[in-house]
Amino acid sequence: MPIAAAGRPMADIARPSPRHAGRVRNLALQAALILIVGGLGCGAIYNAAQNLAHANIAHGFGFWNNTAGFDISQTLIEYSASTSTFGRAFWVGLLNTLLVSAIGIVLATILGFIIGIARLSRNWLVARLASGYVELIRNVPLLLQIMFWYNSVLKALPELRGSVALPFGGFLNNRGLFLPRPEFGARFDAVVIALSLGIIAAMALHVWARRRQERTGMRPRILWPALAVIVGLPVVAFIVFGFPLSFRNPDLGRFNVRGGLEILPEFAALLIALSVYTAAFIAEVVRAGVLAVPTGQTEAASALGLRSDWTLRLVVVPQAMRVIVPPLTSQYLNLIKNSSLAVAIGYPDLFQVFTGSVLNITGQAVEVVAITMAVYLMISLVTSALMNLYGRTIAIVER
Amino acid sequence: MAAMSDMPLVFLRQAPAARLPPPMARSGAFGWLRGNLFSSPANIALTLICLVLLAWAVPPLIRFLLIDAVWSGHDREACLASPANHEPGACWAFIRVWFSYFVYGFYPIAERWRVDLFFLALAFGIVWLLWLSAPRRDIGAVYFFLVLPILSLILLSGFPLIGLVSVPTTLWGGILVTIVVSTIGMVFSLPLGILLALGRRSRFPVVKMFSVTFIEFVRGVPLITVLFMASVMLPLFVPERFAPDKLVRALIGVAMFASAYMAEVVRGGLAAIPRGQFEAANALGLSYWRMMALVILPQALRVTLPNIVNTFIGLFKDTTLVFVVGIFDFLRTIEAARGDPNWASPITGVTGYAFAALVYFICCYGMSRYAQRVEARLARRSGRKER
Repeated sequence: MPIAAAGRPMADIARPSPRHAGRVRNLALQAALILIVGGLGCGAIYNAAQNLAHANIAHGFGFWNNTAGFDISQTLIEYSASTSTFGRAFWVGLLNTLLVSAIGIVLATILGFIIGIARLSRNWLVARLASGYVELIRNVPLLLQIMFWYNSVLKALPELRGSVALPFGGFLNNRGLFLPRPEFGARFDAVVIALSLGIIAAMALHVWARRRQERTGMRPRILWPALAVIVGLPVVAFIVFGFPLSFRNPDLGRFNVRGGLEILPEFAALLIALSVYTAAFIAEVVRAGVLAVPTGQTEAASALGLRSDWTLRLVVVPQAMRVIVPPLTSQYLNLIKNSSLAVAIGYPDLFQVFTGSVLNITGQAVEVVAITMAVYLMISLVTSALMNLYGRTIAIVER
Repeated sequence: MAAMSDMPLVFLRQAPAARLPPPMARSGAFGWLRGNLFSSPANIALTLICLVLLAWAVPPLIRFLLIDAVWSGHDREACLASPANHEPGACWAFIRVWFSYFVYGFYPIAERWRVDLFFLALAFGIVWLLWLSAPRRDIGAVYFFLVLPILSLILLSGFPLIGLVSVPTTLWGGILVTIVVSTIGMVFSLPLGILLALGRRSRFPVVKMFSVTFIEFVRGVPLITVLFMASVMLPLFVPERFAPDKLVRALIGVAMFASAYMAEVVRGGLAAIPRGQFEAANALGLSYWRMMALVILPQALRVTLPNIVNTFIGLFKDTTLVFVVGIFDFLRTIEAARGDPNWASPITGVTGYAFAALVYFICCYGMSRYAQRVEARLARRSGRKER
């Protein structure tokens, strides 16, 4: 490295300063990187166009409005093989993915919190059982668990003839779980409105109780009034509008089951496996979160004279939740992404419908895979945005 | 009241206080039981519920897996209910007959010694790398990341020049494929992950943007879509003559996926290195790559070794997903054997799954125990208290 002699200004040195040379080199490096990646991309597109033209496969998204022509076993919205389009099939698959993910997230969260707390139990047996559950479930691949539930449990149920009759007119056999289907009367919306009003009233009650506590230091007990409002209003509406809800029982025929609410074994197996698997990971997240609250916090709370349930509710849980929410979010994302394993047992989720059936019929691999990936990406982004929003509401408010 | 105030406000005990009962024993078998299982009514109830649960689940499980299990036989007859065995348990005979298929797939029987040799070479490399006090672990790394891949390629797919018959990958299967996919995923994802993690921290906006986009994109989509992309789109992107082999395509997908996750793990390790280390390396006049290779990465990788192993456990379990692109990994061979009409019985499937679960559990649990031990050792070394 040339060192400028004392008293001689740097500008006298003829060569450009090393700093400047470095900047030029950096820019050149980055430009080269862009060129290489861009070139590879262009080459790939060119090759794809050539190969597709060779194989006589259409391109573009024109297939979206063509008739699909294949059946889907579970449809939340109206769909028929002969008249519905590929676009419709896409929505059917997406809704199925969202359905199994949403219910799975709720079940996994409940189970995961129970097991996570159980692992911290002072009861040796409970803690051991919970950690046995976590170790066993975490170390066996999810796909194996899905196949086990589907092939060895649900498909091993009795056949149609030997259906297990459940109370209230339901049936269980290897074609699924058949429950009475609720049929909503014309005035049922009044009950829904009453329920929403009840929830709003309960929230108002909560705000009032909080304000009062801030003013007087006394916390009014609102649990029972709030529950009464949430449950009572819909019940009153239900009675006033003449019981606008009836159930239609499934009929067990010789060859199939008609009417009633059908829960496919594919759906059930996927849901059970996803919830059980993710719950094991959530349990670890919860355990770590609770352990992250320093013992001093609990001790300080009891020194202040807080009862142990209040310590838990006001001191431990709020602090633990701050640690829990970010990894919990990534577990939710994993569950949503793992729901694509539905393809192994034929539950018609987005991946199975789209990259399975639609790709087979149209052969347009690039478009179909691109759409599928974009949708999963979108779901992931929306979920993590929602969880970040929730994380912000429970974050420490700093001055 | 007046009389009260005349009394002295001093109280002296006249006789010794009655003895308190001794505190409950906390030691010994009874003390332990009382403290851990029967400390309160709620705890007693919980303990009893757990005991009932165990009594309900464990004996039938042991009966099914061991006592009533069928250990030998040639076809399904052995595993069907018979007068001698009313409720046959797990059909281990089925596993015994199909065992070599589960390990090697359709790999030619005469050439299977090559697979065994590969397993040995791999085990050697893994032990060298993971045994923290092994000598010359740097040579171990070169062996594992450079020599081993080439050696296994020659061994497994063959090299007619030196007399090894070539075996097409369509014949590979079972545990062999599971191990090949996960090991290749590991061998490629660690260097790529390091590069991506460095790219994510780069001062060059373009490099940073590429890295972030790649990492976030891959982490945002399910593995099977990445595999599917590698499997159906990759052949489209290259001239038809160069379309890679099916297994290679899956390997590319797995390596891409794993490197995005590895990048995040390495980034965590880099973030744990104090600034002073970077500054000291700069002050010594080390160039960027020498600083990374000699100062930063050795420390960062050491800190994050447990997380790397955990990522590898995830990768090992995720290899089961290569079934979507039609590759016969371990789980897929179980599925295939399950459908064998010679062994059709109500318990064949459960037995197959139990065997698969056992194999995966042993591998994954072993690795996770290793990760925990390393973590404890790191915690001790840095002076923190072991949890």
